[in-house]
Amino acid sequence: MADEQVLHAEAASAVVPGWEPRIIAFLCYWCSYTGADNAGTARLKYPANVDIIRVMCSGRIDPELIMTAFARGADGVLVCGCHIGDCHYLAGNHKTMARMPLVRSVLADLGIEPERFVHEWVSAAEGEKFAQLVRHTTEQIRQVGPLNWPKRMHDRGVGHGMDLQPWGDGR
Amino acid sequence: MNAQGGTGATNGKLKVAKYWASSCGGCDISLLEVGPHLLELIEAADVVFWPCAADFKYDDVAKYPDGYIDVCLFNGGVRSSEQEEIARLLRKKSKTLVAYGACAIDGGIPALANLTTPAEIYDVVYHQNPSLDNPNGVEPVPVFQTAHGELRLPDLYPQVLRLKDVVEVDYQIPGCPPQAHQVWKVLQAVVAGQVPARNDAVTVGCDDKAVCDECPRERRQVRVGGFRRSHQAIPEPGWCLLEQGFVCMGPATRSGCGALCVKANLGCRGCYTAPDGVEDRGTAMIGAIGSIIDATTEERAHEIVGQIADPIGTFYRFSLASSSLKGRR
Repeated sequence: MADEQVLHAEAASAVVPGWEPRIIAFLCYWCSYTGADNAGTARLKYPANVDIIRVMCSGRIDPELIMTAFARGADGVLVCGCHIGDCHYLAGNHKTMARMPLVRSVLADLGIEPERFVHEWVSAAEGEKFAQLVRHTTEQIRQVGPLNWPKRMHDRGVGHGMDLQPWGDGR
Repeated sequence: MNAQGGTGATNGKLKVAKYWASSCGGCDISLLEVGPHLLELIEAADVVFWPCAADFKYDDVAKYPDGYIDVCLFNGGVRSSEQEEIARLLRKKSKTLVAYGACAIDGGIPALANLTTPAEIYDVVYHQNPSLDNPNGVEPVPVFQTAHGELRLPDLYPQVLRLKDVVEVDYQIPGCPPQAHQVWKVLQAVVAGQVPARNDAVTVGCDDKAVCDECPRERRQVRVGGFRRSHQAIPEPGWCLLEQGFVCMGPATRSGCGALCVKANLGCRGCYTAPDGVEDRGTAMIGAIGSIIDATTEERAHEIVGQIADPIGTFYRFSLASSSLKGRR
């Protein structure tokens, strides 16, 4: 699908009418957030499905933040940091690069499609790369459909139980 | 709480109860591990319900007045309608409800079943197991009509829940099982009426740091160039297991056990619940491991962490029901 087609994709998704993917993006301050800023100042277009959370370093992105985003209803999570060798804190992104494969492995075992979790390096100069990444990620999550984790867990009794009465004699 | 006994008490002794839900029975045994102290406990308290050790029926509990039981130690997670019903019943009948052991607090080992579905579990247990003799493919059903009337079995829930998913919990004692010296410390406090202020699931019977804090092994500040499993090599004594490439849950596990496993040359299994400030133990462990990898390229980092066998089963061995995502989709 061409970029323009992605940008003009129906607001109402083919998968679930009226549904729009909600993507949480964790961007490091020094490279990737500036890259997103770059995309903005260059007036590059990308879908408004992404909610950006700026952190000081991708090494600060505790994997728990990623899980929490999904647990609270995100359809996808995007993690961006400086390219290896460019970290403002020298080795912050070295931690990220070791953590993300483990996050990916855990998410796969939890039945979350690989399309929903994207980890990419974006430098301060790569506005176009960021815009393209958001377009691509949004489209691939649109294809896999809504995740809706909170409802899923609520339906299984998490936090309140199921309260089925096995004998039903009012005991 | 004090030692005046419950509303229905006749002899002034504390009324204690213990129940097992989705658990193995090790928690019940751990209570016996306090040894001769048990006699001191019996001096001060009457057991009014303990399926593992005493012959009380659910009906006996249902007939107690509300709040009759002073302390109920509840072990095991909630996987069936029977377990939830008894959890609700015991909550109603107990002044203090304690989640006892890893399963009641975090789901424990049984919560690893949250990585599969009830249908898949039935398929393996009743159809696929090699040792099975079930030619007619019989499966249990919750309701069955017989000539003598309807028979009911408890329903299997979609996934393992924690006790606090179902009812309000006052205290929690971690461990798989809780260690005897910690259990005795808590029981002494109960008998003396010196329990900490009641709040939402206060963790007692443990310390408040990580297992690393009480681990006798030395950290040499070296980075990890590869991971091994415990059957593949013998760890060097006295040196941090994680630094030697053996996965050890110490950094993401609460202290209080006395670093039992690491003293036996085995990586911490991670049974003593989360330290303060940690919500999701698996991700805490991923965070810790990511910080000690000896790699400067992405390929090398992926290669090293790729050597960790079964990351989800290892990092969430005891805590899947407490994790952010709780189980498989």
